[in-house]
Amino acid sequence: MGREREREVQQYTVEQLVAVNPYNPDILPDLENYVNDQVSSQTYSLSANLCLLRLYQFEPERMSSQIVSRILVKALMAMPAPDFSLCLFLIPERVQMEEQFKTLIVLSHYLETGRFHQFWDEAAKSRHIVEAVPGFEQAIQAYAIHVLSLTYQKVPRPVLAEAINIEGLSLDKFLEHQVVNSGWVLDKGNGRGQLIVLPPNEFNHPELKKNTADTVPFEHITRIFPIMG
Amino acid sequence: MASFDYEDAPANSAAPASSQSHEVLGYDPNFVPDSVKSFAVHLYRHIREKNVYEIHQMYETSFQTLSERLFKDTPWPSVDAVAHYVDNDHVFCLLYREMWFRHLYARLSPTLKQRIDSWDNYCSLFQVVLHGVVNMQLPNQWLWDMVDEFVYQFQSFCQYRAKMKNKTDQEIALLREYDQAWNVYGVLNYLQALVEKSMIIQILEQEKEGLEQFTANDGYDYDGGSNVLKVLGYFSMVGLLRVHCLLGDYHTGLKCLLPIDISQQGVYTSVIGSHITAIYHYGFANLMLRRYVEAIREFNKILLYIYKTKQYHQKSPQYEQILKKNEQMYALLAICLSLCPQVKLVDETVNSQLREKYGEKMIRMQRYDDEAFAIYDELFSYACPKFITPSAPSFEEPLVNYNQDAYRLQLKLFLYEVKQQQLLSGVRTFLKVYSTISLGKLANYMEVDEPTLRTILMTYKHKTHAVDGDGKITSNADVDFYIDDDTIHVMESKPAKRYGDYFLRQVVKLEGVINDLDRIKLD
Repeated sequence: MGREREREVQQYTVEQLVAVNPYNPDILPDLENYVNDQVSSQTYSLSANLCLLRLYQFEPERMSSQIVSRILVKALMAMPAPDFSLCLFLIPERVQMEEQFKTLIVLSHYLETGRFHQFWDEAAKSRHIVEAVPGFEQAIQAYAIHVLSLTYQKVPRPVLAEAINIEGLSLDKFLEHQVVNSGWVLDKGNGRGQLIVLPPNEFNHPELKKNTADTVPFEHITRIFPIMG
Repeated sequence: MASFDYEDAPANSAAPASSQSHEVLGYDPNFVPDSVKSFAVHLYRHIREKNVYEIHQMYETSFQTLSERLFKDTPWPSVDAVAHYVDNDHVFCLLYREMWFRHLYARLSPTLKQRIDSWDNYCSLFQVVLHGVVNMQLPNQWLWDMVDEFVYQFQSFCQYRAKMKNKTDQEIALLREYDQAWNVYGVLNYLQALVEKSMIIQILEQEKEGLEQFTANDGYDYDGGSNVLKVLGYFSMVGLLRVHCLLGDYHTGLKCLLPIDISQQGVYTSVIGSHITAIYHYGFANLMLRRYVEAIREFNKILLYIYKTKQYHQKSPQYEQILKKNEQMYALLAICLSLCPQVKLVDETVNSQLREKYGEKMIRMQRYDDEAFAIYDELFSYACPKFITPSAPSFEEPLVNYNQDAYRLQLKLFLYEVKQQQLLSGVRTFLKVYSTISLGKLANYMEVDEPTLRTILMTYKHKTHAVDGDGKITSNADVDFYIDDDTIHVMESKPAKRYGDYFLRQVVKLEGVINDLDRIKLD
């Protein structure tokens, strides 16, 4: 409890620091420490990390490849948000040519194009990079589930297994957990293999969307206020 | 209207004897023609009397006329030669120098020394403003131009500095000596300081509660105060958006613009240059963030606005700039609509202009072959901001040019994104003609295997659904579909008719008609 609070206080300070000094080179060491904090405490701040990349961009001689690499892994974990691209826009091309960054760019490419099978293969080959950041696997699984939920009403078990890289008994356990906590439903699938019914949303049930189109925004109503008065 | 005239004595009349500098420069920087004397004296008086209307006339019209007539390819007279006509007024001299440099940048090419001097002048000017000793009322146009020119000269300096190959030893020595000139921290911090010191964010906040009249008064102060700091702070937010876009930092750029509600008219729309700069960069940043619908909406609005109002700007010194940005935004709109074909978001007028300019190219862009990529490349390169590398060069190593580096990186990453989306165009074509289709059949049509098709469909969903910071999902999709096991179901996307909006418009219209009727007196 005590430690937890301490962390919150510190987090507050760094965010505050960025807000007050968005263009101050003196906060660079604080921001670097903050990246390491985010890694160990499984928190994330895009604006602080972009601020650091900006300072590196202004003074390339102060750049630390290790920190950049951690920022990029964290950005991958923020998928589906476009954070990884946002970071790359700020990293000079010659730096992106370094081997570890090339690997991360390939990983991002697989995620961006829904090729989870290739992603997990490649990630397994680059354990040293991704395993340095706790929570990596879970974050990517969450992204995979997000994309599946946009796409499928009912997803075949093998497709799901491939996307989240969980199989057999572990997958059964995982599904059990999702059934209880996230409203997933298991469907026998007429003998052609198990299907998983993902919770409905307006993207996999487009008919749910229609309601919003029928509402009238308040600003439009205000136009007739003078008349009603 | 101004009663004085700018008629000059003929050029061969008693000009002062050429000084030495005259010989070297080919003109005499200390010769002040009568018309310039009159210009300075009157402008100075109008500023002291806070006559915004006259200041604006002189600034927009007289300055241009004089430049066109007397200083086509030479600079204006030096500030030292003019100062004694205006009581050596410190602030006026800073303003005069700001215009002097702006004219120089526009018509001649500034030397490194002049670039550095202009930086110094901006520092002095902004410091005076920031320390609150300015008691003037200046036209929005001028204040916008200051911010705009400040950012432009910064960009120009970065481009100039990055061309290291043909620098003389003297230039390199100057660059080393004045390493603070146009330093990126300095530039950003001045803009940021103007935003903060002006309290503009708080003012805009309070305005929502009716406690401020900033927008209603177009930023002017009618209680005897000065509008300079407030409006400079306001425009600096647009300036920051632009600088961040030049640096490739789109997220931060959009954040800087956040206090301005661009869905509404505001002080930023009171000056066409600021309106265009704000929307051009806003749209570009959204394009890079894959929020195509947002980019299309705003490009559409401003292109329609420019189309309707173009004729009023024909005489403006910004006219050429307006036309150029207009063309660039059509190119960006062509890119957006190729990646996200939602033509229904675009007004008929804008659409027909777009077809005229890019119709043929847009058809080829759908093909996703090498030629299509070449067109994406061409349009992006033509329409993107002039990206900069903000860091100083290393003077030790062999001197290399790096002025293209930033642009090449942004282009490469953009084309990378286009490639990731290359198969989506094909899938769209099929989904539009089926209401249900099995994965196997579609895979067959698209000549890919089924697992690949699944990845393409997921890519489509991912790329067309933007997720913002709070986890809110916004759909940019032009086709709605879902997969049930191995069948794709496509929902016909009917354009959502906004009956509510339509009715409300009619209510207002009817009220207008009734009012008109009431006004008619029947004899």
